[in-house]
Amino acid sequence: MSDAFVIKGASLYGDTVRDVAVVDGVIVESAPASAVVIDADGLVLLPGLVDAHTHLREPGREDAETIETGSRAAARGGYAAVYAMANTNPVADTAGVVEQVWSRGREIGLVDVFPVGAVTVGLKGEHLSEMGAMAHSRARVRCFSDDGVCVYDPVIMRRALEYVKSFDGVVIQHAQDLRLTQGSQMHEGEVSAELGLAGWPAVAEESIVARDVLLAGHVGSRVHVQHVSTAGSVDIIRWAKSRGINVTAEATPHHLLLTHEEAKTYNPLFKVNPPLRTSEDVEALRDGLADGTIDIVATDHAPHASEDKDCEWAAASFGMLGLETALGVLQQVMVDSGRMTWRDVARVMSETPARIGRVEDQHGRPLEPGEPANLTLVDPKAAWTVEPAALASRARNTPYAGRELPGRAVATFLRGVPTHLDTRFEGVFA
Amino acid sequence: MTGTILGAPDVARALTRIAHEIIERNDGAADIVLLGIPTRGEPLARRLAQRIADVESGFDAADRCGSLDITMYRDDLHKQPTRSIGATTLPAAGIDDAVVVLVDDVFHTGRTIRAALDAVKDLGRPRAVQLAVLVDRGHRELPIRADFVGKNIPTARSERVAVHLEEIDGEDAVILTGGER
Amino acid sequence: MKHLLGTKDMTREDAVLILDTAAQMAATQEREIRKLPTLRGKTVVNLFFEDSTRTRISFEAAAKRLSADVINFSAKGSSVSKGESLKDTALTLQAMGADAVVVRHWASGAAYQLAHGGWLHGSVLNAGDGTHEHPTQALLDAFTARKHLVGDPAGKGLDGLHIAIVGDVLHSRVARSNVHLLTTLGARVSLVAPPTLLPVGMGPWPVDVFHSLDDALDAADVDAVMMLRVQRERMTGGGSAFFPSPEEYTRLFGLDGDRMARLPEHTIVMHPGPMNRGLEISAEAADSPRSVIVEQVANGVAVRMAALYLLLAGEEQA
Repeated sequence: MSDAFVIKGASLYGDTVRDVAVVDGVIVESAPASAVVIDADGLVLLPGLVDAHTHLREPGREDAETIETGSRAAARGGYAAVYAMANTNPVADTAGVVEQVWSRGREIGLVDVFPVGAVTVGLKGEHLSEMGAMAHSRARVRCFSDDGVCVYDPVIMRRALEYVKSFDGVVIQHAQDLRLTQGSQMHEGEVSAELGLAGWPAVAEESIVARDVLLAGHVGSRVHVQHVSTAGSVDIIRWAKSRGINVTAEATPHHLLLTHEEAKTYNPLFKVNPPLRTSEDVEALRDGLADGTIDIVATDHAPHASEDKDCEWAAASFGMLGLETALGVLQQVMVDSGRMTWRDVARVMSETPARIGRVEDQHGRPLEPGEPANLTLVDPKAAWTVEPAALASRARNTPYAGRELPGRAVATFLRGVPTHLDTRFEGVFA
Repeated sequence: MTGTILGAPDVARALTRIAHEIIERNDGAADIVLLGIPTRGEPLARRLAQRIADVESGFDAADRCGSLDITMYRDDLHKQPTRSIGATTLPAAGIDDAVVVLVDDVFHTGRTIRAALDAVKDLGRPRAVQLAVLVDRGHRELPIRADFVGKNIPTARSERVAVHLEEIDGEDAVILTGGER
Repeated sequence: MKHLLGTKDMTREDAVLILDTAAQMAATQEREIRKLPTLRGKTVVNLFFEDSTRTRISFEAAAKRLSADVINFSAKGSSVSKGESLKDTALTLQAMGADAVVVRHWASGAAYQLAHGGWLHGSVLNAGDGTHEHPTQALLDAFTARKHLVGDPAGKGLDGLHIAIVGDVLHSRVARSNVHLLTTLGARVSLVAPPTLLPVGMGPWPVDVFHSLDDALDAADVDAVMMLRVQRERMTGGGSAFFPSPEEYTRLFGLDGDRMARLPEHTIVMHPGPMNRGLEISAEAADSPRSVIVEQVANGVAVRMAALYLLLAGEEQA
C-alpha cells in the first residue's frame, strides 16, 4: 500500500475541481513526482460509499452470495463499506458469528464488512440476543436488527432500544406488522385487487414506525427505520424528527424508482419486502429524501438463488439485488432531476450511513489531507444497460435487467487500494 | 374468359334443371333432404327445395331443407386462421334413411365434400348421399364426383370463381377473376 | 387467440365469438354421436397443481369430444412443499409435445408465467390461478345467462342485464373473471358481500357494491343471481375469521326461499359449485326450477370445447 497516486481533474462532490493525492492509503497535500496519475477529467469524486443494508448470505446461503462475491459487487457499485444483515444461517446473534463475518470481510479486503447483530436470538422475536458481547467483540457491532422480520413484541422492542444505549448502539427496525401481513405478496391496492395477490397494506409498516418512534422517544434511544416504503411512514418520521426524537430512516433505490405496477407481469424479480408501492409513495419518498426526513439511501441488496425467483410469485423469495445499481438509480431519480446535488449524494450514501453505524471515524470522511483514502469516482455520463449476467454478484435477481442507468462508479478505493477499476483505467497501476 | 360467366337467368335455369334431375333420379322426392353447405350452399338448397315443391305436391320445402356446417371436419384447419363455426340444422325428422342431397356453390378439390360426408356420418345414416353443385371448376384432389352440376367451368388453378347470390350478395351471378392469361 | 389467461383484457368481439362458438358446440352435444374429429392429432395436457375434479373432467370431456389426446398431469404440492418447479414441469410438457396446457394452480399468475416464461410453445388455458382468474368459468356463466335471458342470442352480449354476484369476492377468481367479462359484455354487475370479503383497491371496478343481499334486491331488479361458494376456512382461523358466524352470513347473504320469492319471474340462479347447501344457498333455492346450476356444468363443456377449438384449430400463431 505504499503506492502513491493522484486523481487529477475530478470534481469533488461535483462542485470543486481539485487534484487529490494519496500516499499509503491516506489523502495527502501533494503527491511525490513518481505518483501514478489517474485522469479523472469529468468525473465526480465522492467519499467511498457506505451501504447500511446489505445481505451477504454467508454463512448459510453461499449459493446465492458469499462475503467475497458480495464484497466485489459492493466495490463495483462504489462502496467502501457495507453493513451485513444478521439473517444468515446460523443467525448473527453471537459474538462468534459476527467476528467470523467481520474477519472474513477483512481477509477479502474489498470493502469493510460491518456485521449487524440480531436483536433477538435466532430472529425469533422472543429473547434478546447477547448484544453486549457482539458490541464488545472485535467486530464492534453497533447496529442491531432482526431484518427480514420485525421486532414485533413492543416490550422486546422497548428493552432492545434501552439496552443498546449502553454502547451507543442503534436498533434497526424492519417495520412490518406480522398479523396484518400474513401471506402478503405485494402492496395492497388496486393492482393487488386485480392480480389476486394477497395485500401488504401500508398501515402494516406505518403502525410499527409510529410505535417505534414513540418508544424511542420514550426511552431516549436511537431507532433507525429500514426501507421506508410509504408516504405515511415519511409523514410519521417527519413528525418524530420535529419532536426531537432520535430517529433515522433509509429508502432503497427500488422504492425510489419502481411501483407496484411492475407486479402485473407476475415476474418475481419485482417481489420485495416491503413491497413496491404506488407512484404517490415513490414521490413522497423522493420528497422525504430531498428534505432530509429520510437520512440515507440503503440498498437492501438481497441476492437469491435462481430457483427461488424462477417460480410462482407466491412461492418466490422476497428481495432484489442493489449494490451495483444503487448509484445509477439515485443519479437518475434525484441528481439528474435536479432534486439533489452530488454533495447530497455523499451525505445520504456515505457520511450519514457511516454515522448511523458509528463508523464515521473511518468512513464518510471529508476529502481532505490526513483522511483515509476511501474514495469513489463516479462517471455521471457513463450510461449503461444493466445485464444480469455481467453483475459481480453471484445472484442474478436484479429488477433492472435491460434498463439503462445514467452513470456508475468507475473506480473505488479502500484505504488507497483500488478495489474496483473500470476498463478505462486498465494498466494504470501496473 | 374472365368476367361474369353466368347471369341471373342462367343461374335460375341451372337450378330448375338440377331440381328436375333430382326428382327424376330418385323417382320422386319422397325421401329427399337437401343440406346446404354454408355459406352459399344454404340459399341454394332452399331454392332447390322450393323448385322441387313447385312440381312435387306433398314436398314441404321448409321441412326438407337444412344446413351442414363442415368446419370442424375440415382437413386444413391448421393451415389457416381460425374459422368461425356455422350452424348445422337438420329437418325435424332427421336424416336416417333419407336421400341426402348435399348442396354447394363451387365444386373444386373435393375436400369440402369429403368433410361433409364425414359430418353426415356423425349425424345419422342416410340411405344415400348425392351431391348438387352450381359450378364445377375441376381440379379434384379426391375421388369424388358430383351427381348434379349447374355448369362445368374449366379454370386455371390460379383463377377464382365467385358465386354471388341474391340472398347474400344482392345479385345472382358467377364471376371468374384473376389467373395468368 | 393464442392463450386464454383471463377475461380482464378480453375484447367484446372475442368474448362474443367464444360464446357463439360455444353455442355451436353445445348443439353438437345434443347429437347421438357427440365426438368431432376437429382436434385429431392435438395433445391437450391437463396440468393440475390443485385438486379440482370438476374442472378437470370438464376440460377432459371437452378435449376428448374434439378428438384431442388428453394427458392428465397432477402436480400437487403446496406452496410450502414446492416439489417440481413450474419451469421444470413446463419444460417436461414441452418435451412431450403439448399443443395446449390447461393449468389449474394455487398461485395467482401461474398461468400467465407459464404462457410468457418462454418455457413452452403451446397454448395455455387458465383453469383457475390462485385468487386471480378463472376465465372459462366466467365464460360459461355468461353463456348460461345469455342463453336464458337474451332472445336470439347469436352475436349478442349481455347488454342491459343486471347480474348480482354474492359472496367471497376477495378470494374468488370466479368473481374477478366475471366482473371483467360480464361488464365487457354490457351487463351491470352488483357485488354483494361483507366488506371483509371485498378487496381493498377495487375502486376502479365498474360495479355497484352492497353489504346485504336484501339491500341489493331492494335497489334494483336483478336478472341473474350468482352465488359464490364460501370456503370453510374463511369462517375459522382464530381471530382471522372474515365474518362472525355462518348463521350471520346466511342471514345477510344466503339465498333462501323468501329471497327467491322476491326475485322477478325470469331471474335465474347460478352457482359455480360445489355448493354449501344451507350456508350460501338453501336447498329450496338450489333445486328451484329457476336454478340453472346443473345446466352450467353442461355449458362448461361446450364453452371449453369452444376455447380449445379457437386456440388450437387454426394455424399456429406466434
